[in-house]
Amino acid sequence: MKKRWSTRTHYHLMVAPGLLWLFFFSLVPMVGIVMAFQDFNPSKGYWGSEWVGLENFAYLFSMGDSWQVIRNTLIIAVSKMVLNLVIPLVFALLLNEVTHPRYKRLVQTVVYLPHFLSWVILASIILSLFGYNGVVNHIFGLFGGEPKVWMQDAGIFRQLVIGTDVWKEFGYNAVIFLAALTGVNPNLYEAAAIDGAGRWKSIWHITLPALVPTIVLLGVLSLGSVLNAGFDQVFNLYNPMVYSTGDILDTWVYRMGLVDLQFSLATTAGLFKSVVSFVLIVASYAIAYKAADYRIF
Amino acid sequence: MIRNRSFGSRLFDLANTVVMAVLAFSCLYPLWYALCLSLSDKAAANSGVVTVWPVGFSLHSYREIMADAKFFNSFWVSIQRTVLGTLVTMLVLVMMAYPLSKSKWEYKPRNVIMWLVVFCMVFNSGTIPWFITIQSYGLINSIWALVLAGSLPVFNLLIMMNFFRSLPADLEEAAVVDGAGPWRILFQIVVPCSVPVLATIVLFTSVYHWNEFFQGLVLTTGAEHYPLQTYIKQMVVNIQTGSMTLDQLERLDKLSNKSLDAAKVFIAMIPMLAVYPFLQKYFVSGIMLGAVKE
Repeated sequence: MKKRWSTRTHYHLMVAPGLLWLFFFSLVPMVGIVMAFQDFNPSKGYWGSEWVGLENFAYLFSMGDSWQVIRNTLIIAVSKMVLNLVIPLVFALLLNEVTHPRYKRLVQTVVYLPHFLSWVILASIILSLFGYNGVVNHIFGLFGGEPKVWMQDAGIFRQLVIGTDVWKEFGYNAVIFLAALTGVNPNLYEAAAIDGAGRWKSIWHITLPALVPTIVLLGVLSLGSVLNAGFDQVFNLYNPMVYSTGDILDTWVYRMGLVDLQFSLATTAGLFKSVVSFVLIVASYAIAYKAADYRIF
Repeated sequence: MIRNRSFGSRLFDLANTVVMAVLAFSCLYPLWYALCLSLSDKAAANSGVVTVWPVGFSLHSYREIMADAKFFNSFWVSIQRTVLGTLVTMLVLVMMAYPLSKSKWEYKPRNVIMWLVVFCMVFNSGTIPWFITIQSYGLINSIWALVLAGSLPVFNLLIMMNFFRSLPADLEEAAVVDGAGPWRILFQIVVPCSVPVLATIVLFTSVYHWNEFFQGLVLTTGAEHYPLQTYIKQMVVNIQTGSMTLDQLERLDKLSNKSLDAAKVFIAMIPMLAVYPFLQKYFVSGIMLGAVKE
């Protein structure tokens, strides 16, 4: 008789490729975290390298750079968290007031576009626009400004990073608000109008309250990215002249590890980021679970 | 809806229309600017006189690219990577999401696997251990490094799994009665019923693979293995982000070719612009299916 496999065996087979993928490309790399506690030497490997306990951490935090980098990371990441919530919200509210449906759709189509373009592409265009011969200097020149290379000015680099990120993402981030707005009962607006509420009052008392749960949930879930200042963006826009204000944890780890080949120190800095992010994500999910009944699975 | 037609209200409408137009313009202008630069002659592009229209219209840059074997090689690497990456990801995700969409009574290890998967999503080993691991597999310069190194996209798995769970159970029960096994149910019933969510994830995955540049940078050792985004990072962006004095910059401006650079950037955007109408159709529903992302 032909032996038939049980449904469960088939399920195991279906899950196996995904689990193997995770095992080899997510779990095995975690073994490498031991480098943070070693003076890692690639020729000796994980087993032969000397163990140094927490020395790497002590050394890392004694470097002047590290605090500057953490400061930059926090400033950029937290500003992005706040503005990527507030600006899309304001945009969604304003777009919701556009009465012409085709105009509304046209605007939506166009503002989602930058989200889907890579930072490599956008950075090359932005660098050109903000470059010495760029359009921004032309406009500035009309008002008597001296031409400069904007991305080399450490005084404004962070603002430019935050601004261009908000510009890239505001349309896309508004999608979720716009979706929530379609669920608002139109009768509410009619009732408010009969009671003499103007547009501003309708927005304040009907539209905005309808969005509060979404705002709270998005705000809580964004907590996990407190140390995520956006590697792709900064890496493509920065240069040595703005390291003082623009260097973030991820770019620092990259240079330390893959350019200067200080594997142990770079792993230590990376581990610091991973642990802090992990704790924050777990906490934010726990809050979202309790407060908003949010479930990831 | 009753519309308030007061003067203030109309003024607001006017201002709002203008604000929306400005925002839309700001999102389109950079792309237009790149196109204009690429169609201008070299001298005009370098001297910065191009703003809203090509100056000294010329297809020279595009002709030059046609002769650039490295550019086309990178383009081909990107295409291979995007196609392979999307196929592999979709196959693995579909197979994995199906048993995980079952309850823990129907598939016992379900919850253990879920916690493992979510752990891998929220805890990251960091760049260096990840790099050393891939290197130890001997995958440097291999196309498979670019396909696999990002590991399983857990968030997409969750979206897909949640969608499978929302399908009516009767469909499957009927198939079981007719004697269909798990594989048949998955590929002949579940998959055909899930086209919108699968389309969304195909688009997200291919956009990810097309746009990814970092893996191409660290997991390859030479320009002949670069995907297109890495090529652009190395050949176009790096030159602009070097720190230079104004003197050096002026000299560089004479040597560089902004028109050619812009043409490369514009060509790299074309596949994205080509799929954008489809993207637009699906990604809104895709986001809503996943409830919220980060």
